[in-house]
Amino acid sequence: MTRHIVPVRTYVSVYAVLIALTATTVAVSRIDLGEFNFIVAMTIAVIKAVLVIMFFMHVREASALTKLFAGAGFFWMAILIVFTLSDYLSRGWLPLGQWWR
Amino acid sequence: MAIATHNERLRHHFDTAEQQEESSTLGMWVFLLTEIMFFGGMFGAYTVYRNMYPDAFASTSRFMNITLGAINTVVLITSSLTMALAVRSAQLGVKRALILFLVLTLLLGCIFLGVKVVEYHEKWVDHHIPGPGFRYDDARYFRQAQILFFLYFAMTGMHALHMIIGAGLLATLIIMARRDRFSAAWHTPVEMIGLYWHFVDIVWIFLFPLLYLIGRTR
Repeated sequence: MTRHIVPVRTYVSVYAVLIALTATTVAVSRIDLGEFNFIVAMTIAVIKAVLVIMFFMHVREASALTKLFAGAGFFWMAILIVFTLSDYLSRGWLPLGQWWR
Repeated sequence: MAIATHNERLRHHFDTAEQQEESSTLGMWVFLLTEIMFFGGMFGAYTVYRNMYPDAFASTSRFMNITLGAINTVVLITSSLTMALAVRSAQLGVKRALILFLVLTLLLGCIFLGVKVVEYHEKWVDHHIPGPGFRYDDARYFRQAQILFFLYFAMTGMHALHMIIGAGLLATLIIMARRDRFSAAWHTPVEMIGLYWHFVDIVWIFLFPLLYLIGRTR
């Protein structure tokens, strides 16, 4: 097999970053940033998820077809959230002034 | 692929071992897509209700045990590292390391579930389980807070169920590895269950900030 085997150092580095990001998100949650608390928490979560998908799940070295399938799943998730929210928000069913504090 | 190694695991309808593994990986990702959709429904419900009752939902975050939640996040990320190292050991064909890392992953998974039991018990003692026995110290949010606790139990409960299934799959892998079923040339089940385990980790990566962290400063 000509499969490329990822060195242990790569896995451990990714792990260190994931732990550091977890500590960051817990620390930031103590500070009142208003609406940015949600944005920071979700940005860190997305970075962590991308690291796991790319390195631990080997999507970085995967074929184009596998990459497309993995991307399609998260694209679908985005459609679900964005379209649902656009419906609720445009009907005025959500209290807009206090969005995600 | 320079050396044409004979591989008794290669099914007749595939040309090469690479093609066979590619098919398995793609199939596993299709399964994971259905899992994204399954959890996506609950994340969608959470998004709508969190926006509908922001104050009630934020008021529940002080009843979430952030210390235990953070410990469990670290435990689960560590188990993802040991799982990745188990897959690497399988690729190299090192049986001892493979079994060691699989056992470590299983152990960390069990620690996660044990901590979850402690957290569920806290909710039971505090009467924070939605239903007739529910109690909440802020009477304004009595009804709306139940929606969040319902979502909390539905989402973490389905996540825990996936962990229990994952633990069963890991135990099966350990038995198979002990019986010398895997080699550097063929170890597809280890790779596929690895993908599943990492996916369950990703679900928790989103559950932790959404259920425990957001709304803490309110």
